[in-house]
Amino acid sequence: MTGLPTDALRVGETLPPLVLPPLTRATLALYAGGSGDHIPLHIDSDFAKAAGHRDVFMHGMLGVAYLVRMITQWVPQERLRDIHVRFSAITYPGEQLTAAGVVSAIAPDGAVALELTLRNAQGEVKIAGGATVVPQAR
Amino acid sequence: MIDRAIIGREWPPFEVEIEKGRLTLLAKAIGETRPIYTDEAAARAAGYRSIVAPPTFAFCLQADSPVGSGYLTDVGIPITDVLHGEQSYTFHDVMCAGDRVRVTRRVVDVYDKKGGALEFVAFESEVRHADSGALVAVGRQVMIWRHR
Repeated sequence: MTGLPTDALRVGETLPPLVLPPLTRATLALYAGGSGDHIPLHIDSDFAKAAGHRDVFMHGMLGVAYLVRMITQWVPQERLRDIHVRFSAITYPGEQLTAAGVVSAIAPDGAVALELTLRNAQGEVKIAGGATVVPQAR
Repeated sequence: MIDRAIIGREWPPFEVEIEKGRLTLLAKAIGETRPIYTDEAAARAAGYRSIVAPPTFAFCLQADSPVGSGYLTDVGIPITDVLHGEQSYTFHDVMCAGDRVRVTRRVVDVYDKKGGALEFVAFESEVRHADSGALVAVGRQVMIWRHR
């Protein structure tokens, strides 16, 4: 074991949450540039409205990046073995998101299963899923 | 209706040299300020080859495909009506700036729900170190065509 915080974990424990500032169009523009995802639904309000959305909306993978930031502020990223998520609701500019995680199982080899959620301030789940964190870096 | 015959379709693999500037911009975009993700000297001091790519960079690499987002229209999903449904990754190694990686993508499943109002295409992708062939990440991505 590495002396990192998973050593004395119990099922049901929560990870320190990641509380994000309200989503801005500037963040979506930056993420389009940084990620290379230039799909206009996320950065062009006219395009998004013509496609039937009320506005541009967040790239799903930006939400996953927030969930991963929450995990890697807790353990180094070498210890993140896998992550799986389902995108359940669209996030629009102005919404304030919080990434949360809870320990759902601990395997005999020390692998820790996490349940993950990304919710807005009203508690609506935007992304739900899970991840596995291993006790030793690969 | 999406043609089930696309199951098994693969796009040509492509290689990407991971640039420092790309990673620092991505870090800024996702609000990641820790120095291993933004500063080469700090990353080296922490034992990495260079600036570290956050795990979800594995997905960003797909955007570097010569077809860009054209893989969606290739399978018959209009760009106006696409939603990301699910995503998973298994990670095998960490990527750093300066690494050269090879990226693949193929269609592994097509299905529909709600009487065809929602159609789903599942893709699998692999990222490997270009020189050694060692696996970096395996991803599964489900994209939805939301019929209007």
